[in-house]
Amino acid sequence: MIIAERKPLEEILSMIGQARSVLIAGCATCVADCMAGGEREVGILASALRIAQRQRNGDVEFVEATVERQCEREFIDRIRELVEKADIVISTACGIGVQAMAERYGTKPIYPGVNTRFLGLREEEGLWTERCGACGDCTLHLTGGVCPVARCSKSLLNGPCGGSTKGKCEVSDEIDCGWQLIVDRLKALGQLDLLEVNIPPKNWASGRHGGPRKVIKKELRDEKRK
Amino acid sequence: MKSGSNLEKVLQAGHFAVTAELGPPMGCNAEVVQKKIQLLGGVADAYNVTDCQTAVVRMSSIATSIFLVQSGLEPVMQMTCRDRNRIAMQSDILGAAAHGIKNCLCIAGDHQSFGAAGKLKGHPGAKNVYDVDSIQLVGILKGLRDEARQQGGDPLDGRAPLFIGAAWTPLGDPVEIRTMRLAKKVNAGADFVQTQAVFDIERFSEAMKKARDRGLHERVAILAGIIVPKSGGMLAYMNESVPGVTVPEGLIRRMKGASDPKAEGVAIAIELVQQIKQIEGVRGVHIQAIEWEAAVRSVVEGAGLLPRPKL
Repeated sequence: MIIAERKPLEEILSMIGQARSVLIAGCATCVADCMAGGEREVGILASALRIAQRQRNGDVEFVEATVERQCEREFIDRIRELVEKADIVISTACGIGVQAMAERYGTKPIYPGVNTRFLGLREEEGLWTERCGACGDCTLHLTGGVCPVARCSKSLLNGPCGGSTKGKCEVSDEIDCGWQLIVDRLKALGQLDLLEVNIPPKNWASGRHGGPRKVIKKELRDEKRK
Repeated sequence: MKSGSNLEKVLQAGHFAVTAELGPPMGCNAEVVQKKIQLLGGVADAYNVTDCQTAVVRMSSIATSIFLVQSGLEPVMQMTCRDRNRIAMQSDILGAAAHGIKNCLCIAGDHQSFGAAGKLKGHPGAKNVYDVDSIQLVGILKGLRDEARQQGGDPLDGRAPLFIGAAWTPLGDPVEIRTMRLAKKVNAGADFVQTQAVFDIERFSEAMKKARDRGLHERVAILAGIIVPKSGGMLAYMNESVPGVTVPEGLIRRMKGASDPKAEGVAIAIELVQQIKQIEGVRGVHIQAIEWEAAVRSVVEGAGLLPRPKL
């Protein structure tokens, strides 16, 4: 899922500026799971903003609404009335949700309440870690199901650099060496020989480096045209 | 001859090769480079010119290497995968080759979060590149040289005469794949490798045996890394904190107990060179005396490796 973290309160307050009516729009999917922008976090953020505004003698109305998925138009449309009434919207969805709202409500300022961090999972209670670099050219079958693009600090494709120590990355003791994980897993699978193969330079064009990406399903497009 | 570089000639003639390191200055003062050239001239067959090591900005390895060429010293231009994509790398390498630079060492490079291990600020907020890894870079250089072809497939107007180097960390984690890593570098086209600093002769000998078992020592010239120790504290730090480096307790004690640590450091380095020379398959040494270039000559001389062959 998409992992996000709430922005510092001060930053959100600075976005509010002179607005008198603010809709805080949450999303009940990824950002709720990672406890950054679901219904519960929308409530916490609204309370914090109310207190902060009161301390500054502000008179701002904060309205709360959380939709099931902010990246889908049919869900966004259900809060149209609240959006139209508000001066601005603070969206606690990921960057996709913020943009989906901005596209849907062309004249309404939609501001981000969270920082979208990465594609990952909840590893332990209170700990989320990255898993996928969305490179568009998955080779997890060659690396024991551990992604070198996302989990090696240098995205190396042919094995670890010289900076791997006792399972940790040279960048920090807090980061597992992605290649140590790959080697451990391939050993467990009896597939260590997969690493003998030299992987040629990757075609990054399927990733962000090819420009903004699209997936087109032709059969669905054709059907739509009919 | 693949490149006609002095290092290639020395190795091909069967001499025990010596390379040393020449770190570019943190500034644009050419005089600093000239001083190091004066200090190091004649002690090695080629000199590694580092490429913004520890992610701190220094004079570029290419520009510094050109100063060496102009002074009659042969550079081993280092190139990290951290700062350039495959387009910039190939373009820079072609330019370097046109300036008479013949040896290039392909390395991943320290991550930009390094900042000289916290001693300097560096640029931890920089965006890194890592378009290709060091093994892929070796392969790209081989294409420029053997096929006169760039990685994308387009032809060059001639072959780039390059002697291709890589790094090897024989005792790095995960240690069981380090021989395989060397094999991959050799298969990609590495002509020589320089190793991470060796202090533990016993463990390095075991790693060399594994390399010999795969016949790698016959396909690539392995130069063992030597760092001239300055103090017992430095050795203890390296043992503790530098990935892939283990220092036997006895050596740390010996340095700590020395009345003249610098003289002792030189003596230890000389002993290491002599012991490494006995290991089958090692074709030379790569000597580093960090911020202490003057020590290199004492070590090379003390190990009986002067004068260097003139070919």
